[in-house]
Amino acid sequence: MCLSIPSRVEEIFPDETAIVDTMGVKRKVSLHLLPEPVDVGDYVLIHVGYAITKMNEEDALESLKIYEEIVKHLEEESGE
Amino acid sequence: MGKVDFLKDFRDKEKILAISKLIKKEIDRPINVMEVCGGHTHTIMKYGLKQLLPQEIDFIHGPGCPVCIMPKERIDHGIVLCQDEKNILVTLGDMIRVPGSESSLAKERSKGKNVKMVYSPLDVLKIAQENPNKKVIYFAIGFETTTPMTASVIEKVLESKMKNVFFHINHVLVPPPIKAIMESKEAKIDAFIGPSHVSVITGAKIYKDIVDSYKTPVVVAGFEPVDVMESILRIVRQFKEGRREVEIQYTRAVTWEGNVKAQNLIKKYFEVRDEFRWRGIGDIPFSALKIKEEFSFLDAEVVFKDILPNKPIDDHKLCICGDILKGIAKPYDCKVFGKACKPENPLGSCMVSSEGACAAYYKYGNLEVYKQ
Repeated sequence: MCLSIPSRVEEIFPDETAIVDTMGVKRKVSLHLLPEPVDVGDYVLIHVGYAITKMNEEDALESLKIYEEIVKHLEEESGE
Repeated sequence: MGKVDFLKDFRDKEKILAISKLIKKEIDRPINVMEVCGGHTHTIMKYGLKQLLPQEIDFIHGPGCPVCIMPKERIDHGIVLCQDEKNILVTLGDMIRVPGSESSLAKERSKGKNVKMVYSPLDVLKIAQENPNKKVIYFAIGFETTTPMTASVIEKVLESKMKNVFFHINHVLVPPPIKAIMESKEAKIDAFIGPSHVSVITGAKIYKDIVDSYKTPVVVAGFEPVDVMESILRIVRQFKEGRREVEIQYTRAVTWEGNVKAQNLIKKYFEVRDEFRWRGIGDIPFSALKIKEEFSFLDAEVVFKDILPNKPIDDHKLCICGDILKGIAKPYDCKVFGKACKPENPLGSCMVSSEGACAAYYKYGNLEVYKQ
């Protein structure tokens, strides 16, 4: 139940639904629970057919940067 | 801004190993970590994270699987409701395979009863529109993550003035069982990793009380292996630095306040039950939701009150799911694990649900490592 992969919004309809692309699979989801408006191209997190939050892409990239730094730091330290 | 390759980057072996090294370097005491949610149990087992961590870290599996904690008497409700051919019972995921007292929804479906499994509660509306002469009963399950979807369906039913949709509500809450486990003092738990998707809805704030009361750090963690490893590192650092805090690891989607729109929708239609019986754990006060009285015309427990049984039923006597959910036993402690109880013929709910601890142990094995 908890599997949620970020999905890209492809098309938005007036009835609070949208087509999203999840790893190449397109499906229709509800936007009824989203507190903020989304645009085509935004990333959202989907749970049982509902977008539950907009993914903050900057935040995601930020955590990736931290991981990169950890790897770099350890490589320098151990001389690998 | 480049596109994030989520799957690749958050499962990256090098990153996982790098975090693993840091944890081994920094840990200064044994820490028992309860992963509340079955999703995390699966990540830990699937990627062999236990083997990458120092022996001082032990995982205790928590009660966070909506299928595992569903008591038999509630499943019996579903079975009773699908007997009438004027009714269609709709539910999510593994729920249909969980044994009730004598049958399961899957067995009833194979006998021709009208039980439908859907991947989204949205389908309830479609099924109801296509079957105007039937009563469609949504057997709603799940923690705080799936509750707003049910509230959304209720709202759409009211807006569209549909008269043939009813709701059997089994929505449960995460903090009360954590408190019940800590109060019982049976399980030795030093810290928690909290399910991120619950907190996408509720915010991380729901754990403040737990950290304050029991001095156990809670890190709200994503479900990818890198997320889990980083969360363990954060817990290790809290102990090292003498802090006890709620931390959000999964900042990609979780905030302190959560999704307020979803929270308001839940408040509009639901209220807290005085008590709910958790399979294997027993009655926990204020641990589940029900439909507010003003909407009781939608509440299957009210509408079908006369036909629903209401007596508590014990679990299979050899099954120790209850102890597993309470954090005092592990699947390999069970006499029937992997023998009489397997995923294709489960005796207990921890084996039925793909999120259950027993199913994870069965699927990903490595039991020798875990027995140490």
